[in-house]
Amino acid sequence: MAVMVRLLFLGLVAAFLAAPLVIVTGVSFNGTARMSFPPVHPGVLWYSTFVTDPGWMSAFVLSLGVAAAAAVVAVSLAFPIAYVRWRYPSRMARWLETLAQLAFVLPLIVLAIGFMVFWSTLGHVGRVENTIFSHAAVFVSLPLATITMGFRSVDPALVEAARTLGARDEDVLHTVLRPIVLPYVVSGAVFVFILSLNEYIIANFVAGFEVQTLPIKVFNSLRMGFQPTMCVGAVLFMVVDILAFTVVAVRGDLPKLLGGRAR
Amino acid sequence: MLRVAAWLTWPAVVLCATVLVPFLLLLRISFAAPDPSGLWIPVVTLDAYRGLLNREFAGALLYSLAMALLVAAVTVSIGFPFTYLMTRLNRRAQVVWLVFLLMSLSLSDVLNAFSWQVMLSKRGGFVSLLAALGIVARPESLTPGDGAVWASLVYGVLPFAVVTLYPALSRLPPEIVEAARTLGASPGRAFRNVVIPMCRGPLVAAFVISAVLVLGAYVSPLVLGRPQSWTLAVLIGNAALAGHDVPRAAAMSVCMLVAVSLLGGVSAWATRRR
Amino acid sequence: MTPSGLELRGLRKSYGTYLAVDDVSLQVPAGQFVCFLGPSGCGKTTLLRMIAGLEAPTAGRLLLNGLDLTATPAHQRNFAMVFQALALFPFLTVEENIAYSLRLRNVARQERQRRVSELLALIKLSDCGSRRVEQLSGGQRQRVAIARALAQEPMLFLLDEPLSALDAKLRDHMQIELRLLQQKLRLTTILVTHDQREALTLGDSIVVLADGRVQQIGSPSDIYRRPANRFVAGFIGQCNLMEAEVLDSRHLSVWGRVVEVAAVPGGLIKGTPVTFSIRPEDIHVVPREDAASNALPGRVSFAREVGERVELRIDCNGREVIGAASPADWAALAGSADAVSVQLRAGAGTVLTC
Repeated sequence: MAVMVRLLFLGLVAAFLAAPLVIVTGVSFNGTARMSFPPVHPGVLWYSTFVTDPGWMSAFVLSLGVAAAAAVVAVSLAFPIAYVRWRYPSRMARWLETLAQLAFVLPLIVLAIGFMVFWSTLGHVGRVENTIFSHAAVFVSLPLATITMGFRSVDPALVEAARTLGARDEDVLHTVLRPIVLPYVVSGAVFVFILSLNEYIIANFVAGFEVQTLPIKVFNSLRMGFQPTMCVGAVLFMVVDILAFTVVAVRGDLPKLLGGRAR
Repeated sequence: MLRVAAWLTWPAVVLCATVLVPFLLLLRISFAAPDPSGLWIPVVTLDAYRGLLNREFAGALLYSLAMALLVAAVTVSIGFPFTYLMTRLNRRAQVVWLVFLLMSLSLSDVLNAFSWQVMLSKRGGFVSLLAALGIVARPESLTPGDGAVWASLVYGVLPFAVVTLYPALSRLPPEIVEAARTLGASPGRAFRNVVIPMCRGPLVAAFVISAVLVLGAYVSPLVLGRPQSWTLAVLIGNAALAGHDVPRAAAMSVCMLVAVSLLGGVSAWATRRR
Repeated sequence: MTPSGLELRGLRKSYGTYLAVDDVSLQVPAGQFVCFLGPSGCGKTTLLRMIAGLEAPTAGRLLLNGLDLTATPAHQRNFAMVFQALALFPFLTVEENIAYSLRLRNVARQERQRRVSELLALIKLSDCGSRRVEQLSGGQRQRVAIARALAQEPMLFLLDEPLSALDAKLRDHMQIELRLLQQKLRLTTILVTHDQREALTLGDSIVVLADGRVQQIGSPSDIYRRPANRFVAGFIGQCNLMEAEVLDSRHLSVWGRVVEVAAVPGGLIKGTPVTFSIRPEDIHVVPREDAASNALPGRVSFAREVGERVELRIDCNGREVIGAASPADWAALAGSADAVSVQLRAGAGTVLTC
């Protein structure tokens, strides 16, 4: 009996998680301009519209670019902090770590306003770097968490063995630490990539008019008039996300990368 | 040490610039006057805060806090048993569930809100289902409405709660639960008086993260909620964008930050080592 | 505590194509201390977990005093278990850990406290009641795990390699304590171990397992002196296994020499290959010229003093025999170490057919 309850519960959660994904995918296949679900006259009309529309395509490509850049920047911020925390006792690193965690925990809307004010005051308005660095700053605590986990998973005996064999700090970093920590760096980058891809509030407040990422364009369409085109973007993002996570899962050990028990 | 300084220069510069400075700016602007054509006029005044001393704002603040706590409670009530059950499955199944869960992150908050709007509209399947089951008299749109907002928020926040709970539950030694069973605890009781106490820290963390994310949620309450029940996040956004009153938005943000710090303080107290 | 008899009938456990436990049937009489002994992967822990109700058998039945418990869930069986990892609840104090099963059964507070004090006295930790688990040493935690299991007055007491994490001296001490405890409470006990010395010390009877199957069941001396097959002979204690051929009902040809044995299993014709198993203590190493019958010539290839005796390896034409001698005998032997004979004590050793 208990087994049935468990299955039912998991089934309900699965349905809950899947429902919006199914709806969005379904709507994108509509043959008409109506946002109906189930789709009316299903077809790939809106997919071809999306792909041939320079507005949507540029927003799509821009989003991918911004997300990739944000991921790289976030990792470039997170790695030194995690490394210093692991290698040396450093109050500065501890403090920076707290700052990074704070950025994630603060309500997005507050950060958005803060960033907006910051960039305006600098006179650096409507530039793509705004979005990139703002995203990197907000999401840096994710690669920080995963990379920290990566360093913690390093067996100290390996480092000691390398030292006795003559390795200096740089050697240890490149030969012992890098192979072990790299998967965690990648998974952290993937998290930032995906969150940045879908992030609307900060992107809008920070450079919304000039730098139109896909979520911004989608939100604007939402207010002006519905078109299934925006769901096409969502479906494309979903595909990108599945690919990214599946690569991580297949190449690495996804449960371990999320902090769970190793194989 | 020189090496430490060399390593930390880049992150220190960027983080201080992009986190610390905006925060300080925000604080400063909350004590400034609004500028309809620009952002703010550099005077020092308490006008923005005084403007908040009304029932409306207090109501919105309390409402937002209450909703954040309640939605967080719902999310954790679903997420904790879910994560526990998932971590009892074999590895393959776990990976599948994790990828599935993380996929729900691939819906931006905008599309999240939109899809719930479709689902809960008059023509959407869900209300027809409810009518068919006899739960409601006849199909009516559930949006805009509180239920829709909650559903959308839980959906958006659940992956974060699960990821926070995952390490602890995955590493939970199975013998602990088995010991409870051989001592006479049914699986349900073992879950209640062994698993939950063992995971006290992560539980509180998941709750706090969920609450904070909900507090800062802008799109879902805006799109799916009625104007009377717009949350603080929406009010802040409106003040900044539509109302051109950045000092007011800043002042409201500071209040929200105070609320979040209180939440953080309470959670730290709740997980202190006895 | 009313002692209870456990019976296993044809118990089987398979994980997909892997068969962990294959058709195990045995009986554990009430009040006995039984050891499941075997190497890692032999299925002994799986068997114990099936008895506890933590794993469901693929086939077979489990009965207690004639009552079929195969389908009863673990929390209703009243079998207490001490885990290898101890699994003490870190968020409860020592007292609360011990009282856990009593709380579940809604035992009244006063009675609970009385019982906890009684158990704390039994494990000699009366003043550690309010401490947390992390403040205790390994041996102390071990005892708390035992007390926690005993609190519910179980019908069966199950232990999964409970002493493997302790250092040698503490382990010896705990073995004796466990034995005394079990005898005092007359509790039917099953202990799983891979340490044959532990099994020989503790058990009223030993069940030797390998590859998921029962190899032999018997008292420690039975298992030791009359092993049923090569595996048991080799696993328990030190042993010499010599290939031999049957000559007649009392004689074997071992490595070309005629050896008289106590008995050759009936019905074996001359020339049948068998294994002759003999323990080092049933061998006397003597200078060759002093050898009588039942002796195999050889040369001492290795000797080391281990405490109060000397362990010897004798090379008999390329084959190694393990023997032992007292330091005095070894001293007397030293001069003629190159030409010795392995004297097999008359009537010692076992003839094994498998």
